[in-house]
Amino acid sequence: MRKVWDIHGGVHPPESKTQSNHCAIASIELAEELVLPLSQHIGAPSTAVVTVGDRVLKGQLIAEAQGLISAPIHASTSGTVTAIEQRPIAHPSGMTADCIVLKPDGLEEWIEIDACNDYKALEKTEILAKIRGAGISGMGGAGFPAAVKLNPRPNQKITTLILNGTECEPYITADDMLMREHANEIIAGALLLAHLLDNPSEILVGIEDNKPEAIATMQAAAENTAVEIVVFPTKYPSGGEKQLIEIVTGKQVPSGALPASIGIVVQNVGSAFAAWRAVRFGEPLISRVTTVVGESLALQRNIEVPLGTPIQHILQQHGWQQENAARLIIGGPMMGYTVESPLVPVVKTTNCILAPSRQEVPEQPPAQPCIRCGMCAEACPASLLPQQLFWFAQSENYEKLREHDLFDCIECGACSYVCPSNIPLVQYYRASKSEIRIIDADKQKSDRARVRFEARKARIEQAEAEKEAKRVARKIAAEQAKRLADEKKALAGPQGTATTTSSELADKASTAAKPTDVDPATELAKLERALSSAQSRQERATASLTDMQREDPDNTARIESLQARLKQAQLKVNEAEQKLGSFKAAQNSVVATETIIKQKLTSSPLEQLQKSVDTIGKRLTTARQKLAEAEAAGTPTVEALRQGVAKLQQKLDTSERELVEAKAATSTASEVATEVNSDHNKTLSAADIAIEKAKAKAAAQANMSDTEKRAAQLTSLQSRLTKARERLAKAEAENNENIDAFRIGVEKLEVKLAEAKEDVKEKA
Amino acid sequence: MAFIKITSPHAHKPGNTGSVMQTVLLATLPGIAVLTAFFGPGTLVNILLTSLFCLAFEAAFLALRKKRIAFYLKDYSALVTAFLLALALPPYAPWWLIATGSLFAIVIAKQLYGGLGYNPFNPAMVGYIVLLISFPLEMSSWPAASPTLSDGAQLPGIIATLQQVFLGVPIDGYTGATPLDLLKQNQSQLISDLYANTSAFNQGRWAGAGWEWVNLAFLGGGIFLLYKKIFTWHAPIAMLASLGLLAALFYDGGSSTSSGSPLFHWLSGATMLGAFFIVTDPVTSAVSVRGRLIYGALVGALVFIIRVWGNYPDAMAFAVLLMNFAAPFIDYYTKPRTYGHKSGPKSQA
Repeated sequence: MRKVWDIHGGVHPPESKTQSNHCAIASIELAEELVLPLSQHIGAPSTAVVTVGDRVLKGQLIAEAQGLISAPIHASTSGTVTAIEQRPIAHPSGMTADCIVLKPDGLEEWIEIDACNDYKALEKTEILAKIRGAGISGMGGAGFPAAVKLNPRPNQKITTLILNGTECEPYITADDMLMREHANEIIAGALLLAHLLDNPSEILVGIEDNKPEAIATMQAAAENTAVEIVVFPTKYPSGGEKQLIEIVTGKQVPSGALPASIGIVVQNVGSAFAAWRAVRFGEPLISRVTTVVGESLALQRNIEVPLGTPIQHILQQHGWQQENAARLIIGGPMMGYTVESPLVPVVKTTNCILAPSRQEVPEQPPAQPCIRCGMCAEACPASLLPQQLFWFAQSENYEKLREHDLFDCIECGACSYVCPSNIPLVQYYRASKSEIRIIDADKQKSDRARVRFEARKARIEQAEAEKEAKRVARKIAAEQAKRLADEKKALAGPQGTATTTSSELADKASTAAKPTDVDPATELAKLERALSSAQSRQERATASLTDMQREDPDNTARIESLQARLKQAQLKVNEAEQKLGSFKAAQNSVVATETIIKQKLTSSPLEQLQKSVDTIGKRLTTARQKLAEAEAAGTPTVEALRQGVAKLQQKLDTSERELVEAKAATSTASEVATEVNSDHNKTLSAADIAIEKAKAKAAAQANMSDTEKRAAQLTSLQSRLTKARERLAKAEAENNENIDAFRIGVEKLEVKLAEAKEDVKEKA
Repeated sequence: MAFIKITSPHAHKPGNTGSVMQTVLLATLPGIAVLTAFFGPGTLVNILLTSLFCLAFEAAFLALRKKRIAFYLKDYSALVTAFLLALALPPYAPWWLIATGSLFAIVIAKQLYGGLGYNPFNPAMVGYIVLLISFPLEMSSWPAASPTLSDGAQLPGIIATLQQVFLGVPIDGYTGATPLDLLKQNQSQLISDLYANTSAFNQGRWAGAGWEWVNLAFLGGGIFLLYKKIFTWHAPIAMLASLGLLAALFYDGGSSTSSGSPLFHWLSGATMLGAFFIVTDPVTSAVSVRGRLIYGALVGALVFIIRVWGNYPDAMAFAVLLMNFAAPFIDYYTKPRTYGHKSGPKSQA
């Protein structure tokens, strides 16, 4: 006899199993309509591959799995698809969902199926494909696609396969009856699953000791096989996956991890049975054994029922006195959920339909205050302190709830069951859990937004820094040119031999134009390294997310966090790419600046000026045109356009003046040129032009009085502020997400303006 | 037709808070019977009066707090407080003393904190301590147990009791020193001599006439509650164990400065009443198994310390109130290890 361990807590509610396990598994007549929800499992809903009006055969694929964690759906009988629409489904929230509605033709015409006499001759992937293709998902409760669990990660060696025949929920006897009647097939299924898992050293079937018949038949079937039947005392909730693992192996699944992490896979006996049928006979999962029980029924028993059969049809076949039933429960009295409508269909996870009379499950009396008696803590199979959790749930102290391991609560209901004050504890925990999930999701969202905002800010700052660098470069180049020209002039004096060449000049300018003194090659390599590391990070994140989605799709919190990580990695990659790109651009721009400077230094200044005058003239024409259009259309941008035109006009005037000056200067330069190399002629003139220009500018500024300058500044600031305010108002009206940025901009401008005004006042 | 939508579980164990409290009340009956047998009808009058006052105060405050009076009275918690206070008070206590105690127990210690489940301190013990500090004379006049009465003297009758309680007409020669008083006042006698010479001891078997039986009766009630799974054994057994251990350590063979044997401490004063009816008050004690062990053991230690080195002959109420303070602290450090976790408390912030 194998040693079994005890779990903490647990309760002993009345078992109420004898009502339904007194007779063999029966079947009922086919319903007039079968409703097959596209989501009968955990994971992505499948997609219909039939259309309304199609005739389908029994066992025909009617909806395909979507992704790894999903399961296909097959027609439970032959007939016609009459609708694909929203119908109420068996879900705790009472929601509706997409369903394929099938009208049976009563012919029960099977599609051709593919039997297999020796699965060991098949590749494991083929067997897995068969199980996946048969749409088998966990039949004990949650409905996790079975094939996923049977395909553990290569680094996780499975040492123990456990079949769950515990069935600790009161009332339910579906697995009990299945084990009594199909023990051989379940054992065959167990061996099949073990084969898929590389023959774990232990294959155990856990059964509570309140099912002596099932134990006997299973033991007989398991004789001379590697399968061991483990019998342990009846206690609720021994059938919880984590609890069963502890009972039969003495190990605990680490919090937040999957059983596979400690080398254990648990499958329901029903799933093993279905897997066997799928591989051996090629039968998809289209029916299941369901317990139909409750005192509002004249007949209580187990039936094998085609998936999609409306519950109402089943109940009517069992002498249902609807007026005597206050609630309809899918599942048992401890963890089952109520449905509002009897029209919901039986799905892959429906192990029990409980239609209790009002006396059987009376209404809960109102809750009394918690007296912290601790009966809940004694009953809790997860060793939590439910009374403390209740206290923190009431005060919405989420931090404390987390600290007290709220998320390790399996919602078995043992605490609520024993609570003398009738407090619906589980309800509090469920509400708090979803509340915390919402908060976490919000936090993630805002975190992402913050990252986005910061990235944008960095981008803008970078752009500005580049602009500034270019400006400085230009300034230095100009100064250098000026100095060289001065030298030149000096040289061009009595000694009369020029030593500086234009190429030297350009070199110096280009050195000066570089914004940083870091070696660009090193910088480039660094950026490229950063990009490749970000890319590999992104790849890793993608990989782990896919893994997670496959391994544990119901761990939404973890998946979300992985998704967030992936997003972040992607962001990093983008950033790195951007940085690299902008660096390259900056490099190019340095080169470009050099070229321009060179050009400027080498090309005739007169030509240049002429060109710029032409360009400005063109721009002015376009601007005038635009202004005219805008005036005609009466758009609000008229004012801005007008200002633009005025500015261009001004520019044009300046340029023209400069052109005139340049012409004059050229004549001077030509005089000088007679004394120097003709090669340097143009350069020198250009340098002279630059000097002249700088002088002119300085003079202009000098001519402009301080007050005037300030006034000009002030006006420009004011106009900028007005514009910024307009933008802000617009953003506010649209509830734009950049409101804050605009607001900050306006505030900054206001500060600047105030400073400027102060300045003016001081000077005045 | 739509059915009601309600979340699991749909099954519920029979019984409610009211029935828990009723069981506790039931378990006090042997103790009450023995107290009455040894000290006369004073205890019964106490119970009657505290019940009356406690229920009245509870109802009045529920009305002020706009709560459903009948619903909350039906949890029987006020009655439990009344019984425990009555059993702690000396029999034949004047009615105003009882009224004051009830007022503090129900109004100050319980309702002002939010009613049942929210009180940090044991209400009955708060009421008792207020009286003990405010009215030391009245609170220390314990009647003599019947075996120790001088020849011809009898336990007071109902009439005399009522006159004493309501009119303050004193009953002749009814007070006597309790065994705990005697031990505390003992100056020079060896324990064996004290046992031989004093009627309070030589009329008894182990720990003083009357008192030993009172304690045994409460022990019986406690065992009944354990059997009924009203509480777990951890806190009371830890309390008795630490009290016994300390008594054994300091017994010193029964010299004149001895502080009394473990048996004496177990069967004297309010030990058993405290261990099974006060320490086990779930609202004000620690919640986890380890927490309750620590809580109980510390109550036992405090009882011994105050009895032996403190100013008061008995110490149950002080010990319990002091530990009520400490309960949340104990809870914080004794969070049990959750399934699948490596260690207990996650954060120590």
